[in-house]
Amino acid sequence: MKRFVYINDEYQNDYCDNRISNTKYTLLNFLPKNLWEQFRRFMNQYFLLIACLQLWSLITPVNPASTWGPLIFIFAVSATKEAWDDYNRYISDKQVNEMEIWIVKNGARKHIQAQDIRVGNIVWIRENEEVPCDLVLIGTSEPQGICHVETAALDGEIDLKTRVIPSSCVGLDHEQLHKIKVSTFSKLFFGASFLFTKNCIIPHCLHALTKQGVIECPNPDKDIRRFDANIRLFPPFIDNDICPLTINNTLLQSCYLRNTEWACGVAVYTGNETKLGMSRGVPEPKLTAMDAMIDKLTGAIFLFQIAVVVVLGSAGNIWKDTEARKQWYVKYDDDEPWYQILVIPLRFELLCSIMIPISIKVSLDFVKSLYAKFIEWDEEMYDHETDTPAHAANTAISEDLGQVEYILTDKTGTLTENKMIFRRCCIGGVFYGNESGDALRDVELLNAVANNSPQVIKFLTVMTLCNTVVPIKSPSGAILYKAQSQDEDALVNAASNLHMILVSKTGSNAEFHFNRRVVQYDILDILEFTSDRKRMSIVVLDCQSGKIFLLTKGADETIIPCAYSEQGIKTFVDAVDKYAQLGLRTLCLGWRELESDEYLEWSRSFKEANSALIDREWKVAEVCQKLEHSLEILGVSAIEDRLQAGVPETIEILRQSGINFWMLTGDKQSTAIQIALLCNLISSEPKGQLLHINGRTEDEVARSLERVLLTTRITTSEPKDLAFVVDGWALEIILSHYSEAFTELAVLSKTAICCRVTPSQKAQLVKLLKSCDYRTLAIGDGGNDVRMIQQADIGVGISGREGLQAARAADYSIGKFRFLKRLILVHGRYSYNRTAFLSQYSFYKSLLICFIQILFSFLSGIAGTSLFNSVSLMAYNVFYTSIPVLTAVLDKDLSEKTVMQNPEILLYCQAGRLLNPSTFAGWFGRSLYHAIVVFVITIHAYANEKSEMEELSMVALSGSILLQAFVVTLEMNSFTFVQFLAIWGNFVAFYVINFLISIIPSAGMYTIMFRLCRQPTYWVTLLLISGVGMGPILALKYFRYTYKPSAINILQKAERSRGPMYTLIAGILLLRHIPDSTI
Amino acid sequence: MSSQAVGSSSGGSGDGDAPRRNSRKPKYSKFTQQELPACKPILTPKWVISVFLLVGIIFVPIGLVSLMASRKVVEVVDRYDDACVPDNMTDKLAYIQNSTIPKTCTRTLKVPKDMNSPIFVYYQLDNFYQNHRRYVKSRSDTQLRDANKANDTSTCDPEGMINGTAIVPCGLIAWSIFNDTYAFVHNSKTLTVNKSDISWKSDREHKFGSNVFPKNFQKGALIGGKALDPNLPLSKQEDLIVWMRTAALPTFRKLYGRILVDLKQNDTITVTLENNYNTYSFGGKKKLVLSTSTWLGGKNDFLGLAYLTVGALCFFLAFTFTLLYLIKPRKLGDSNYLSWNRSPAGR
Repeated sequence: MKRFVYINDEYQNDYCDNRISNTKYTLLNFLPKNLWEQFRRFMNQYFLLIACLQLWSLITPVNPASTWGPLIFIFAVSATKEAWDDYNRYISDKQVNEMEIWIVKNGARKHIQAQDIRVGNIVWIRENEEVPCDLVLIGTSEPQGICHVETAALDGEIDLKTRVIPSSCVGLDHEQLHKIKVSTFSKLFFGASFLFTKNCIIPHCLHALTKQGVIECPNPDKDIRRFDANIRLFPPFIDNDICPLTINNTLLQSCYLRNTEWACGVAVYTGNETKLGMSRGVPEPKLTAMDAMIDKLTGAIFLFQIAVVVVLGSAGNIWKDTEARKQWYVKYDDDEPWYQILVIPLRFELLCSIMIPISIKVSLDFVKSLYAKFIEWDEEMYDHETDTPAHAANTAISEDLGQVEYILTDKTGTLTENKMIFRRCCIGGVFYGNESGDALRDVELLNAVANNSPQVIKFLTVMTLCNTVVPIKSPSGAILYKAQSQDEDALVNAASNLHMILVSKTGSNAEFHFNRRVVQYDILDILEFTSDRKRMSIVVLDCQSGKIFLLTKGADETIIPCAYSEQGIKTFVDAVDKYAQLGLRTLCLGWRELESDEYLEWSRSFKEANSALIDREWKVAEVCQKLEHSLEILGVSAIEDRLQAGVPETIEILRQSGINFWMLTGDKQSTAIQIALLCNLISSEPKGQLLHINGRTEDEVARSLERVLLTTRITTSEPKDLAFVVDGWALEIILSHYSEAFTELAVLSKTAICCRVTPSQKAQLVKLLKSCDYRTLAIGDGGNDVRMIQQADIGVGISGREGLQAARAADYSIGKFRFLKRLILVHGRYSYNRTAFLSQYSFYKSLLICFIQILFSFLSGIAGTSLFNSVSLMAYNVFYTSIPVLTAVLDKDLSEKTVMQNPEILLYCQAGRLLNPSTFAGWFGRSLYHAIVVFVITIHAYANEKSEMEELSMVALSGSILLQAFVVTLEMNSFTFVQFLAIWGNFVAFYVINFLISIIPSAGMYTIMFRLCRQPTYWVTLLLISGVGMGPILALKYFRYTYKPSAINILQKAERSRGPMYTLIAGILLLRHIPDSTI
Repeated sequence: MSSQAVGSSSGGSGDGDAPRRNSRKPKYSKFTQQELPACKPILTPKWVISVFLLVGIIFVPIGLVSLMASRKVVEVVDRYDDACVPDNMTDKLAYIQNSTIPKTCTRTLKVPKDMNSPIFVYYQLDNFYQNHRRYVKSRSDTQLRDANKANDTSTCDPEGMINGTAIVPCGLIAWSIFNDTYAFVHNSKTLTVNKSDISWKSDREHKFGSNVFPKNFQKGALIGGKALDPNLPLSKQEDLIVWMRTAALPTFRKLYGRILVDLKQNDTITVTLENNYNTYSFGGKKKLVLSTSTWLGGKNDFLGLAYLTVGALCFFLAFTFTLLYLIKPRKLGDSNYLSWNRSPAGR
């Protein structure tokens, strides 16, 4: 499907207007839509069902308000949050929609609001203005027809990109310019202001465009890298051929116009149909392993609840028919409606409904957002160099950080700084920079440059021209380079240090100074870099000699095969190997002189391919290949990409903590291995072993894989660091044919290096590990890591030099790789521990009160009487028990330092040792025990003349509250004043609230609390409950702590006693780290 | 190796030389950095053993005092439900339901020890479920409090209305009010039972209206319990007020009145009682209880015994832990206990 956009003819273009709407709701549909969304959660459905059942007064044990209250509260909280977010979105939409912009119509500029732009309008934008919709560029202030845009809002890349007007419009405007410049009309009309004169020329010329052109473009999509369209101007315009349009001819919504006075374009996509609008979308919420476990436990509790209901319901019905009918004072009717048999089971259902704590969702949401805040607040994860604090885009998955088992990391920009420095080169077989390690200071090279050595000049010319770098003259006269690729930046800078200084570059020509000479080239075509081609070329015309050259640079394996047959390529292959072993990034540079016939013929097919609407990329690549052959290889450049600070230590610590590392890189094998060695990912020979999986054909790969697998199986028992290396080619074969064997290898081998892999292969590897039930964390910095980051359980982006694309797609973004250890070991681990405690405790306290109710039902004729009144039940869940435990967000079992020194402790989180069915069973047992303690002591202490309902229920409630306060105290590892205040302040608040209720005459509890507090029995009973309830738990905990301690306990003791072991371990770790720092 | 960067400016993120006006550096505070000063107690043997010792030291005396208080209480309990049925009646239910049979019954109680006034007179019911879901809800607090809300009987089923008019007080609880009566004779002198002030003062003042009078009470086909004086406001009907404080347990005592005379050891008291209340249909027991009181209430050995047991257990635990500590001392935080230090191969 295509759309045809008639320029400046809004009647023929029947598309939506430019009103942007990011809002999820409108005023009218907010309530139903929001409720619908909330009720899609099982928990909410459950609570609603319970709340509805409670409306049946025959069965409800308590006032329906005790469920409706919290339910409505919880719903109101999430609805308010949604509404607030939506309102903010509405406000920002409104701002954008009402932004004043200029459009050109009927020869005049008109001010309209952005939302009124229609497809086909010609929009006129000034410098530093935001582009209001997707435009096809048709005119700019620059004579060459280029303009610069900043696309940060779209793809997060902060460098400036060059956009050019389509070739057919270039000619047009120049001609029109001349005509209109002499037109007195425009001067009369707009000439009042001198400043405006220049600005108004183009609009006037564009007036002529009315109904004079059509843009044929695909239907809206979200691909911000592609725009396969055509423009055709109708007569009287001279050039009325079809002219292809690419993404380079567009100004996309939300970009900013920079360094260009003005630009104008035809609106092709508007409103929510723009590339930005289409790519907007809610990513699928990620569920942590912990959430899944909590859901599972909730399910188990639900089944348990059903079982209780069935058993007690039947028992109740039997008791009713045998016993209760004899109890004349209960006055059961003899003939009852059929549904009476359901009444008692349903009462128990309601009584037991609190087993699933209604507060858990709110509590978890609250603490999770606090975990995320702690990450963002963390000073130690703030990168001074780039002024970036850590950011948690996804606030819900901090616990997963503590359970990571595999880290898949990108290399460039993630482990390395991505700060490229040109170090060495090999030009025509001569190695430069070998001695000093810096080619730019190599006297030989400088001499060669000074002597105009032709090989060196060719090499430098390719370095200078074959790129997409934009030189920008700053006001001070210095030239700044804006580059999309760090490698290109390094090359151009190196060339300028070798006196070949690129001074200007436009869409069609380039100028550089060399040894005080000005050299000009016309740029004829750019054969762009794609990750499949792995090379880029540029066709230039030497303005002096009139010769046409093809300049190419790219990865060695794509350039060297293109060498003309007579050239000896051995030196270059050697050079590449040598540089790669030093961990340097290599690029091969080549060139070829083109015959003009050859070029013209090729140029036609290139243009054709470029205007294809279908499969353009593939067709272009094919055409490019026709030109890129028989190259003269000029040399090899070697660029250093240094490791980021702290990378080896970070990897060491994380590997110690049991996390397996995979390095996935697009770089070549030898460089990857070199970097892996440098950063402790793999160990060198005696300690470690590196297994290669290689081969070109399926058979070779299969055999290689088999061999590696065999070796791995044998050596798993040895204390040897095994790792395997595989390249993208072999990986492709493996993933499609031998994924089972590879999965086994993946499970056995802790370390892997995958080189030459594509973004989709990275994602596939993540998927493979995820399918083995591993928690994966993907970390990367560039656009090629986005898919892997989105695929992984946790995506971490490094807000690096390759732009913010990865950081935007990621759940967490950090400034430097070394912060990862803190993110995982400190934040991930604490989050896991805290949530483990909080969630289990939530069940414990709900079960506690529920068990008391069940026990009481045995003494009340199994009729489903609630011991507690509605207010107490509601407050128990909402206040008394949920507030103290929230302070678990401040709990630290071990200090950060201890964790960093003993990273192995992460195992407890990784293996889920703190939240699993068996720990949960412990909490379950504890709540049962506590329920029995509270109930038995209460009914015996308050027997006979004291057994008044309200009093007895308050005694039991006080007992439960006291016990839960003790439990929180005992389970908390560290106490700040916040915890102290929350736990015991809450206990005080319990009395205050109950005293307040006790002075309301109409309340059922009137005077009860005062009466109780005057009775010595009450206090004696409470003391007994806490003694009996906590004694065994303390004894058990102490016994375990001392005689069967977990590693956490040992470290706690070590840390707090500052005993000999503390210093010992610290010492060992210190020693272990010294070799690292000397590398 | 020199690492001097070539004069370049890639991207706009800058290299941090220029002073930044708005740093995005997080603001430091002890809270945000999770560095709030914290106390981190650990379970050292010393600490735990002293806790158990301390608990033992506190609990044992409390247990002793409680037990002494409980033992000081003098209690006379007389079960009369069986005994008051004439021997010739085999069907107890028929006996109690037949209103023509006189229900008067005489019991003799012996005072085991000196009893000082006030002596509380309770009636005790066993196996009586005042906490039954159907029973406990069958009342209308608004109606009891407010004369204008007499028709507020929706919660009182099945004892809400009779012939279309509201019953005051409505509901099963009021309807089933206890109706045995006791008269005491001591040394051929009548022992007056003071029946005033047996209910909660707060109930009389706020829960039961002084202008709410019984209406249509016990007029149905089935008579539940005692009839109420229609001329006495509910706030004065103390037996009702006591009865309506429902018991949480199926065995309970309710205050009948107080005897404000001291009784001597081996005194005999003759009780003439009207055995009206039907507990025979469900096998419930009825007991008459005379009891003195202490600071801990009536006779209840449970607390004392529980405290003594817990205290003893605490001493035992403290002793055991000390012994264990001496026999198998564990060095604090010994690195050899760390699993990864024990087996170098890792896990």
